[in-house]
Amino acid sequence: MHELAVCQALVTQVTEIAQQNFAQSVAVITLHIGALSGVEPALLVSAFPLAAAGTVAAEAQLIIESQPVRVHCQTCGADTEATPNRLLCGECGDYHTQLISGDEMLLANLELITN
Amino acid sequence: MCDSCGCNVTPGNQHLAYKPVQAGTSAVTVLKKLLAHNDDQAGHNRSHFDTRGILTINLMSSPGSGKTALLEATIDALKDEFRIAVIEGDLETENDAARIRARGVPAYQITTGSACHLDAHMVHDALHHLDLSQVDILFVENVGNLVCPASFDLGQHRNVTLLSVTEGDDKPAKYPVMFRAADVVVLSKIDLLAVLDDFVPARAEQCLRQLASTVPLLQLSARKGQGMAAWYDWLRSELVAQRARVLAGQTVKPYIQTDGLKLHGHAEVS
Repeated sequence: MHELAVCQALVTQVTEIAQQNFAQSVAVITLHIGALSGVEPALLVSAFPLAAAGTVAAEAQLIIESQPVRVHCQTCGADTEATPNRLLCGECGDYHTQLISGDEMLLANLELITN
Repeated sequence: MCDSCGCNVTPGNQHLAYKPVQAGTSAVTVLKKLLAHNDDQAGHNRSHFDTRGILTINLMSSPGSGKTALLEATIDALKDEFRIAVIEGDLETENDAARIRARGVPAYQITTGSACHLDAHMVHDALHHLDLSQVDILFVENVGNLVCPASFDLGQHRNVTLLSVTEGDDKPAKYPVMFRAADVVVLSKIDLLAVLDDFVPARAEQCLRQLASTVPLLQLSARKGQGMAAWYDWLRSELVAQRARVLAGQTVKPYIQTDGLKLHGHAEVS
């Protein structure tokens, strides 16, 4: 359970950005989380109020946009969907693939209340 | 990274940058890694290592898979060849650091309390307790846990993930985030295969390959001294590669991290 540590890092970043933009508070926080990032969206949602209490993000709505697991095949060149523990090419079945989406752990977007 | 000029805006994330918002609110496109602070500290740690020509290796596995035993055997075999130091991570006790010190090399124990992983700040604090000018290879033995350590860059150059044959041979399928992060997978305690009828090394390798991993899978027993030569050769070749990088002013992160960043077309994360 490292989601609380991740939420604390998130709140630190959000607080800095809010200060840079002279915002009073944060309305919406949008994250991009992939299944291979190692964090669990439901646990992030549970941990967030603890990390955000008493900060500009205390009342923020946390939106998590799950990112699909997709791989690029180095053998046949196809880009296909995959599952977290089966990162094989969906076209030719080869395992010489590279992840092109699915391990994101990004702070994507903020809506700040500025007046 | 620039947060304001739109240089990160691509067709894939345009909807985020130009999302309409209510009066009195403003939208800010960030596209920054959530663990950016940890990663900044990790980069700082890595530059400490690179400045001194140190190769740093992060050992990860479930508890009891033989990380400390692998280090003990490695120290016994290589301590005349290289100067080795160890940072130990455990929830409680100095036991592992004491085992390493008994082999005659410096070790610093980080006790995390109930935290399930090391992070870059903990490792940085530990570095102040070691004389880095006297180190060729620094091992970080992470907290025994197949989940959380994979998410935190410590500043290491390479990740080693152990899988002991007393565990299930489908562990890579169950813990894909961890096994994808490995630059080499060590199948440990292979001397016990003779008395185990439910662990098939080929099945473990198949589960690993299904994660699109092409890394070496080394089979060894640290206690019985089986298969250790390939492990030592891997360490030697990594140290040679690290010294070449240092001379060229370059550095390296574990395979997984650079791979993901390079290929994510939608975000140039910093």
